[in-house]
Amino acid sequence: MLWGVVQFPGSCDERDALHACGQAGEARLLWHEERDLGGLDAVVVPGGFSYGDYLRAGAIARFSPAMEAVADFAAAGGPVLGICNGFQVLCEAGLLPGALLLNEELRFVCRQAELVAAGAESPFTAGIEPGERLSIPVKHGEGRYFAPPEMLDRIEANDQVAFRYAPGHNPNGSARDIAGVVNEAGNVLGLMPHPEHAVEALTGSVDGLRLFEGASRVAA
Amino acid sequence: MAKVRVLIRPKGGILDPQGKAVERALPALGFEGIERVRVGRMVELEAEDPERLPELCEKLLANPLIEDFEIENLDDGA
Repeated sequence: MLWGVVQFPGSCDERDALHACGQAGEARLLWHEERDLGGLDAVVVPGGFSYGDYLRAGAIARFSPAMEAVADFAAAGGPVLGICNGFQVLCEAGLLPGALLLNEELRFVCRQAELVAAGAESPFTAGIEPGERLSIPVKHGEGRYFAPPEMLDRIEANDQVAFRYAPGHNPNGSARDIAGVVNEAGNVLGLMPHPEHAVEALTGSVDGLRLFEGASRVAA
Repeated sequence: MAKVRVLIRPKGGILDPQGKAVERALPALGFEGIERVRVGRMVELEAEDPERLPELCEKLLANPLIEDFEIENLDDGA
């Protein structure tokens, strides 16, 4: 299993993502100017502030050569995991439904969050039962998941919600407590919480590792 | 080159926390009676081919899911 972790100017979680992927296979960085994803089995679009988050978070990163290649990779069924800023990039690129807005309370939130698996099928949720709770940190200023009501109805009807914040844990005002969604095919998952920061008992939780291990098992 | 100003604003009905924060700060400064503050963005540019600007706005300057945009031609009446 070879993972690629995209690095944009302004990314800041690519090292933790590499570390997490390295626990579920081999991993290498993918510079934003690279177009060749040859040999990769899965791609992580990590957190940070790609291109300074100028204009809107993720708006400029989506036009990078690496993201054009990732869009082709995703269209061919390749597993893609977008975390935090990576989730914003995937939404801006149209690979996932919805958008991420400024947190309701305008505060940057940085804390452990309780998530509930919502049943979406994807390589990253393989082995996670609907209703299971995962403890995974959030750290973002623009994480309020938004989609128009009819789009929310559609993604819920299609079982595209992967994770919700547990009752009382919604840190940002996300619509319907949504923390992460998948595309219709299920191979692209985006979420605001950071599973790559929850892979060592030393830092409080290893629940995040399950997303990486799930994709690794599916690829095997 | 056509001089153009693009106004981008959060779509109606979408909570705008920046606008709310500005609105809440106003009474402390003695400005009463201000309501429905909305904060958007303004982009000025010069374009060789203004006909392509709506496409540019939809693809990059605005996210049509959450924002409306308006293109003003600054050459009008100049």
